[in-house]
Amino acid sequence: MLYNAKYIIPGLVVAVAAFTAPFWLNIGTPSYTYPDVAVPTGEDSKQCVEPKEWMRTQHMTLLNTWRDEAVRFDKRTYVATDGKKWDISLQNTCLGCHANKVDFCDKCHNSNNVQPYCWNCHVAPKGNE
Amino acid sequence: MKKSRRDFLKVAGLSAFALGSAAALNLGSAKAATAEGTYETAPAQLKAKRWAMVIDTRRFTNAADFQKVIDACHHEHNVPDIPGNQNVKWLWKDTFAHTFPDDPHGYMPDRIIHGNFLLLCNHCDNPPCVRVCPTGATFRQEDGIVVMDPHRCIGCRFCMAGCPYGSRSFNFRDPLPFIKDVNTAYPPRTRGVVEKCTFCTERLAKGQLPACVEASDGAILFGDLSDPASTVRKALAENFTIRRKPTLGTGPGVYYII
Repeated sequence: MLYNAKYIIPGLVVAVAAFTAPFWLNIGTPSYTYPDVAVPTGEDSKQCVEPKEWMRTQHMTLLNTWRDEAVRFDKRTYVATDGKKWDISLQNTCLGCHANKVDFCDKCHNSNNVQPYCWNCHVAPKGNE
Repeated sequence: MKKSRRDFLKVAGLSAFALGSAAALNLGSAKAATAEGTYETAPAQLKAKRWAMVIDTRRFTNAADFQKVIDACHHEHNVPDIPGNQNVKWLWKDTFAHTFPDDPHGYMPDRIIHGNFLLLCNHCDNPPCVRVCPTGATFRQEDGIVVMDPHRCIGCRFCMAGCPYGSRSFNFRDPLPFIKDVNTAYPPRTRGVVEKCTFCTERLAKGQLPACVEASDGAILFGDLSDPASTVRKALAENFTIRRKPTLGTGPGVYYII
């Protein structure tokens, strides 16, 4: 015999409904699509330092390693897996091609609710103003 | 089946080895999945065992001589010009008594006692700022340069208390509005981090001498202290030089020809 069933059972129903609400509310909404970012189009910017798919998932790790290698170990040249050499510099190398921060960096970061603090110091490219 | 203790230990040992080495192999493959390139020193990188600077104070006679090199440095590195006591300094000037406070007696030549001297981070052999930094944000490179990693700075300002030369400045506020002409090739800093002269590590990597040295027309020399043929060693051999507060034992890397 369950004491106070008239309070407990509705309470449990409400609790289960509240916890599973995100699943019910999202039924029928369109699934996440990769935002349409502005890819650089210049002659020299056909190929990023590493393949596109790898950069998509790993650019944050790469940028962290770039930062540590350049700032802490004074190793300022990156030899990519295809053998090409790049200057390690967010400001000059990355943003040299990806000059449109709003339509490149921000689009993806916003839709994924990530707030990287790169731009607290590093100057955002002027190409988007 | 009967097993001796010896056989059991043999099997157990082998199994342990197999498990351990399998884990090691797995680690290797996990690393391979996130394969990336390798890192090298820049091809044009200038190298030295111990970078040092010699400032010929005889060639800094008027305000323009100072302003020329200070502007070169501060523009190159986006150093803000903030009015009041929150200013940020990488390269600045001060009087003899403030620069060499050990014995500024009153009978010195006017040129000395009323003159100004160029000040910057001394890139010490034994830097107190590095010893007190709790996060390792500031450290000494193998070539003797004391650098700041603003990414790791938490703004505790221990280094500012530790530095006997006042070479470090804190960003009490966002410096961007106080930078007149932002040099987009070099990142400015942000509120809450400490900054200072870096002996232009980023220029050395490109094969260039520091900005102040380049702008000084030979009044500031820069070179390898461990190389007897270097410009700084020649200047030190030919001229009488002093360093700031030598009794503290920090071993400054900036020498002044008096």
